[in-house]
Amino acid sequence: MFSETPLVRRKQRQEALAKWLFCGMAASMIIPLILIIGYLVERAWPSLNLSFLIDVPVRGMKEGGVWPALVGTVYLVCLSLAVSAPIGVLAAVYLNEYARDNWFNRIINLAVINLAGVPSIVHALFGLGAFVYAARFGYSIISASLTLAIMTCPVIIASTREALASVPRSFREACWNVGATRWQTIRAVVLPNSISGILTGVILQVSRAAGETAPIMFTGAVFFKAVQKGDLFPYGLHEQCMTLSMHLYTLSTQVPDVKESIPFATAVVLLSSVLLVNATAIGLRVYLRSRKKW
Amino acid sequence: MSVSLTPKPLEQSLAVRKAVRPVWAVLGERGLEVLIYLCGISAIVFVLGIFFFVAKEAFPILSNKNFRLSQFLFSDQWYPTSEVNKRYGVLAMIAGTFSVTALAMLIAVPFGLGAAIYISEFCGSKVKETLKIVIELLAAIPSVVWGFIGLTVMSRLIVKYTGTPVGVNILNGGIILALMSVPIIVSIGEDALKAVPDSFREAGLALGATRWQLVWRVLLPAAKTGLLAAVLLGVARAVGETMAVLMATGHAVHIPHGVLDSVRTLTANIAAELGEAPAGSPHYQVLFLTGVLLFAITFAVNLTADFIVRGIRRK
Repeated sequence: MFSETPLVRRKQRQEALAKWLFCGMAASMIIPLILIIGYLVERAWPSLNLSFLIDVPVRGMKEGGVWPALVGTVYLVCLSLAVSAPIGVLAAVYLNEYARDNWFNRIINLAVINLAGVPSIVHALFGLGAFVYAARFGYSIISASLTLAIMTCPVIIASTREALASVPRSFREACWNVGATRWQTIRAVVLPNSISGILTGVILQVSRAAGETAPIMFTGAVFFKAVQKGDLFPYGLHEQCMTLSMHLYTLSTQVPDVKESIPFATAVVLLSSVLLVNATAIGLRVYLRSRKKW
Repeated sequence: MSVSLTPKPLEQSLAVRKAVRPVWAVLGERGLEVLIYLCGISAIVFVLGIFFFVAKEAFPILSNKNFRLSQFLFSDQWYPTSEVNKRYGVLAMIAGTFSVTALAMLIAVPFGLGAAIYISEFCGSKVKETLKIVIELLAAIPSVVWGFIGLTVMSRLIVKYTGTPVGVNILNGGIILALMSVPIIVSIGEDALKAVPDSFREAGLALGATRWQLVWRVLLPAAKTGLLAAVLLGVARAVGETMAVLMATGHAVHIPHGVLDSVRTLTANIAAELGEAPAGSPHYQVLFLTGVLLFAITFAVNLTADFIVRGIRRK
């Protein structure tokens, strides 16, 4: 047996120290977050109930619920994804299945990466210049959702590409060998085998679109709009709408003497819907990955 | 009656196959491929479109007699609505962006890289999966919620512990931005560490190195370019962030002297004033010019990070 020399002991001490140090660094990002969320929920508790979701804001937004903002968020998210999901998925199909490695496609890749990095407020400026003024959509749901669509597009492209690339090449080769064309192969083999990954990527963008504020602030979101309680279709496409993110910003910075628990409750509703959607997507991904056969 | 056993000529059998596939199917497929190609180049169209439309609104200001580019970049005098002497200097906002980003990186880089090292080198696979999911959720928190946290939770803590009268300042914005950019630093940093071959680790362990020495002497040097890319992407995220800094850093347009000063960043300045600037006015055009500046900064940072990442992959 080797006896423990001082050197060995020092090494063991170092080892333990390193492990706990890095563990502490990882924990120090997560623990404050849990504390903060706990605090938000605690402050929001007096207002958190079902009627908060389906009530309309009353008395200059000082009381009441978030119904119009909730519906507006759903509108914007659905419309923007209806535009960005097909474009993003087809763009990824092009980049992964058709594109050869040449200078032009490398420029497309750079464009995707840079599009993903454009600050959200620059998207807002673009939406204002392009959709509100140049395309004459005015301040409307259309302008806001198109702006959001362009913002979410690059991330959908990236996640879809990853999903497509995970389908083994041999699957495609087998399909080509029985005489299928490129598109037939994509439709019959590549897309069915990667649809789960594609869907996860799109669902993750639901939460991103729901949470963004800056791009819609100047293109279609409005501080307040009178809406009937429980009305499912309160907005026309050419009207402005309220959204949860904008509502939270307004309540916490523009409205004086609002009942304290209301902005907290709005934050909790926004945060929990975003986290719920993301958790669903992640759960779906973990489940499908565990069933994967190759 | 003789049955020919010779196979049909190739042309003939191809003709049969062509007859099986109707013309509309072939044309439809061609049409779809054109559509796919158009979607493929859409990213380029979008990037050029963003630059074009933002620049189009901004450029008339360059010929305005009250505007000088040198004043825009190097003066801290921001009086866009003054009656007599309009001045459009954004130096104070550049300093604001720089100070908040620098503080955020000072916090986020060590913690983010530490967490990346923990995830990739120290923990078991169960913990690893859990941590990665938590980080993904952390990245999903909307920036307006972060801003709200800064405005309510963080500002009270700062007032309580530092005794400063105003809780929305560089420190507040820096902490919030650090929490926001940690996820991207962790995930890209972890990818960079994963790209270091296992043979490096085995060689280090075979020489009797502790894992601490392994991290310092082997992994960090081997993965340094990838980790740099992670940091750069974190910087890009922090520079471009709008709502959180709008709500958490206060609104003072001046060059800061300490971490407890309130500042305004380039992004927050656009968000705060665009609503009040009449379309087409010089004020409005200057805000768009700030947008062009931001676009250029993040473009450069993202491009650099991408070249670094690509360089690693090629190796």
